[in-house]
Amino acid sequence: MSATKQDVRSRDTLGASALRPDGVAKVTGAFSFSSDMWAENMLWGATLRSPHPYARIISIDTTPALLISGVSAVLTAQDVPGKATYGLISADQPVFASEYVRYMGEPVAIVAADHPETCRRALEAIIVNYEVLTPVVDPELAMLSSTELIHPDGNLIRHQHIVHGDPNAASDITVEGNYTIGMQDQAFLGLEAAMAFPDSGGNGVELHIATQWLHEDRGQIAACLALPEENVRLVLGGVGGAFGAREDISLQVHCCLLALRTGKPIKMQYSREESFFGHVHRHPAKIWMKHHATKDGKIVKIESRMVFDGGAYTSTSPAVLINGITHTQGPYQCDNAIVDGYAVRTNNPPCGAMRGFGVVQACFAHESQMDLLAAACGLSPVDVRLKNAMRTGDKLITGQTVESVAPVERCIRETDAIPMPEPMSQKANVLEFPGGSGRTADRHNIIRGVGWGVSIKNLMYSEGFDDYATARCTLSDGVASLKFATSEVGQGFVTLAPQIARSVLGIDEVVLETSDTQIGSAGSTSASRQTWMSGGAVDGACRLVRERLFEHVGKLHNIDPIRLMVENTDIIDTVGTFRISVSDATQGITISETFEHHHRKTEDLDENGQGNCHVAFAFVAHRAVVDVDVELGLVKVVQIATAQDVGRVLNPLSAIGQLEGGIAQGLGLAVMEEIIMDNGRVKNPSFTDYLLPTALDAPRVVAIMIEEPEPQAPLGAKGIGEPPCISVTPAIVAAIRSATGKALLRVPVRPQDICL
Amino acid sequence: MTVAIPLTISEALDALSSNPDARLIQGGTDMMVEINFNHLKPHNIIALRRIKELRTWTKNTDGSITIGAGVPYQEMETGELKQLVPALAEAARTVGSPQIRAAGTLGGNLGTCSPAGDGLPVLFAVDAVVHLQSNEVSRQLSIHDFMLGVKRNARNANEIITAVTIPVLNGWQGYTKVGVRNAMVISVASACLAVDKPTKSVRIALGAVGPTIIRCRDAESWLTQQFDLSTSTKIELDLAKEFGRRVALESKPIDDHRSTAEYRRHAVSVLAQRLITRAYPS
Repeated sequence: MSATKQDVRSRDTLGASALRPDGVAKVTGAFSFSSDMWAENMLWGATLRSPHPYARIISIDTTPALLISGVSAVLTAQDVPGKATYGLISADQPVFASEYVRYMGEPVAIVAADHPETCRRALEAIIVNYEVLTPVVDPELAMLSSTELIHPDGNLIRHQHIVHGDPNAASDITVEGNYTIGMQDQAFLGLEAAMAFPDSGGNGVELHIATQWLHEDRGQIAACLALPEENVRLVLGGVGGAFGAREDISLQVHCCLLALRTGKPIKMQYSREESFFGHVHRHPAKIWMKHHATKDGKIVKIESRMVFDGGAYTSTSPAVLINGITHTQGPYQCDNAIVDGYAVRTNNPPCGAMRGFGVVQACFAHESQMDLLAAACGLSPVDVRLKNAMRTGDKLITGQTVESVAPVERCIRETDAIPMPEPMSQKANVLEFPGGSGRTADRHNIIRGVGWGVSIKNLMYSEGFDDYATARCTLSDGVASLKFATSEVGQGFVTLAPQIARSVLGIDEVVLETSDTQIGSAGSTSASRQTWMSGGAVDGACRLVRERLFEHVGKLHNIDPIRLMVENTDIIDTVGTFRISVSDATQGITISETFEHHHRKTEDLDENGQGNCHVAFAFVAHRAVVDVDVELGLVKVVQIATAQDVGRVLNPLSAIGQLEGGIAQGLGLAVMEEIIMDNGRVKNPSFTDYLLPTALDAPRVVAIMIEEPEPQAPLGAKGIGEPPCISVTPAIVAAIRSATGKALLRVPVRPQDICL
Repeated sequence: MTVAIPLTISEALDALSSNPDARLIQGGTDMMVEINFNHLKPHNIIALRRIKELRTWTKNTDGSITIGAGVPYQEMETGELKQLVPALAEAARTVGSPQIRAAGTLGGNLGTCSPAGDGLPVLFAVDAVVHLQSNEVSRQLSIHDFMLGVKRNARNANEIITAVTIPVLNGWQGYTKVGVRNAMVISVASACLAVDKPTKSVRIALGAVGPTIIRCRDAESWLTQQFDLSTSTKIELDLAKEFGRRVALESKPIDDHRSTAEYRRHAVSVLAQRLITRAYPS
């Protein structure tokens, strides 16, 4: 999509565009994804799901399924030996629904059989009597005290109030809006899949699983299985994308239960349709926001009320909500604020983590507001943002001081300096028009628009959580081997980790050991955190190994180790002439060190939403240029210009991949990606009707990486995974507004929103 | 489940007469989705893909062309077929991805008979004729008599759709389709317009806005009275708009998860206006 200079170095150290070790295998189809796993004598597992959004289970009769030849087990809630529920924050989600089903697609029973088709017949044979109930699907209604509680824990998952500065601060100008964000799906391409191997004797299980966080899964699985954690071993299966959808338990417990019950390896995998019911989605949200400003456009106060629909179970809703409301101000200075956020339980599908994690919703609102403010003050979208741009040392509405590098102004100015795309040429291919291959538009039907979006995103986990990462480095005979439990979900840590080792140790050959639970936790591959956290752990382990190597070499050659350093692939004496290759220096010895990286401590918010709850922040600006067929409401995003605060580029090729991918995902939310609900029912659980951007929808991306190394970050690099998808959505919508003059308060923008 | 893999039409018909409940599969781009969703559990399948007779097209002495039911869309996108039936080439390009266009066929579109079938509005606009063959008889049926409703057609259980004959018209023709992304998308509304100058006729057929493809015969005859289709080169904006409005009146769209009836009605009026303007631009 974009042309970037690639830094080709002779060695694949930090800063080089090292290629993915699994790249060729993935392109040629040789890579083994978790759905490709196979074992002798294995059985297949499958899940019976509720057809109703809300119903009482009167009875379940599994006998007819057990009578089918080839069926080995049929399990329901009563077969869960340990804890009946699980959850990332609050264990309120049942392994199997027993009394009530609370969303369409909720698991009710599982079967193991000799063939997927036998599984399907067994599922059909299970008789479940439901008393169908009226689902509660409107979060505003669900919150009312008069509304029936659809879960013993209540319908309000979390409310948080923020009041900051002077809530009565006066201003010249106010602008306000009511914004709606639809339910986006992560839509990873590698579907949920796992294989569980029971230990002989049935006291343990080994689960090969595509997940974002092996250790968190293990804790939840072990509790449900009533096994000690050490008897549950997890191994990372090949992961085909995650985007937050693999944070929660899906088939993990089910697969292990069947393996333990049957004594055989169990393979489970979801279909695309089942996947839409098998994982959490991005929270749909309704946001009211009001900006108070001076007449020259300086923000005085922001008021907001945000309602996030959490669906039937808690998942990460409390954390998503806090991310949303603590980012209300966006990357702008704001001294006074009153914000209320509500995460609410309904009979819609559970919602949880997705790239951007609550900030996507807030950003659509605050960036739409900034454009309203610009118009009210007679400023350009760029000027209003520059006037309010946050700087290092500014305070957030939580009272937290932004200590991170905060080049907001630079992000905006450098994005603004990127040349605009050429006007549509007379020879332009009709496929490049809005409507694409449908040939709907003629040149004179098309109007071009430009829009802006700028965002702030917290990095790592918040509110007092210590999401540390662990890595071990073993150096022997010139080869480093790295061990960590970090989930490679496509982000490129398997490329980065060897780059770190090469830079620190001066070796070229790096072996990656299996990612599993045979080492300490790496934390989740989410929150833009693995380069910082697992990267910090690998860096720390390699540095410890290097220190011991220097000691060893110093002792052998009678040099004070403090004088030694690594230069390319040699160890040299900085004040003498001694030089030895790392390879030679490590012949016959083995040095191994393990390191845990912890980030700075954070705090909970108090009742007024005040507290240092976040670790660090990253910033980005997006400018979108779109062509709109105003009469038909069809859109083609022509160009996205972006300057992103990345701290330091560790792998240019990998970095641009994150930027382009995030932009495509943010474009999806802007103009097409939505799970359509009808009274608790999902209407479009397939790629026929849940539309992801294609090559003809993807824009040309012109990207600038702003490198101001982050002092807090072990490698100077900020997380870069989430920011690209956050402010690109409001930028695209603003561009459509500029082309059409429509208010467009909702994403995705649908054709009828533009033209009717 | 049995799978018959005939190499000729007559072998296929034999297989069909011994297994009258067998499902016919051509490119499989519809049927495999049905099977994957478990909506269809065929006991017997007759795979038509290796029948060479179905994968060819010919020019007839009357100037029309006959396209075998197994010719993939890919072949219609370019080359001589594109020259002869440009609207079909444009419709073919909107079908799925390159992989789907290499597999999907008009035979499949006709067999499935979805109102959203991308090839069907073209067949309706040009008054195509569907060839059906059983072990006993061959018959030819106008496309207008062939499609009966949503996924319903006049094919008898013992018949195979072998080909479709398309008159080659003398005049502009084009196809356009609205979807919510710029490629690989199911139709929200589509339209094919074809002009035949010698007969001074204009034909417009709409897809995905009714239980069948809809030919807007009232709008067609109205336009014929307003405008000389054989000698004019430019249509006035007001006339084109009114044509669009009248076309939309003949649509019968519904609300569903893909769009609303209101948007679809609006869209076909815009598409019709644009198509007739493309036909008479200056």
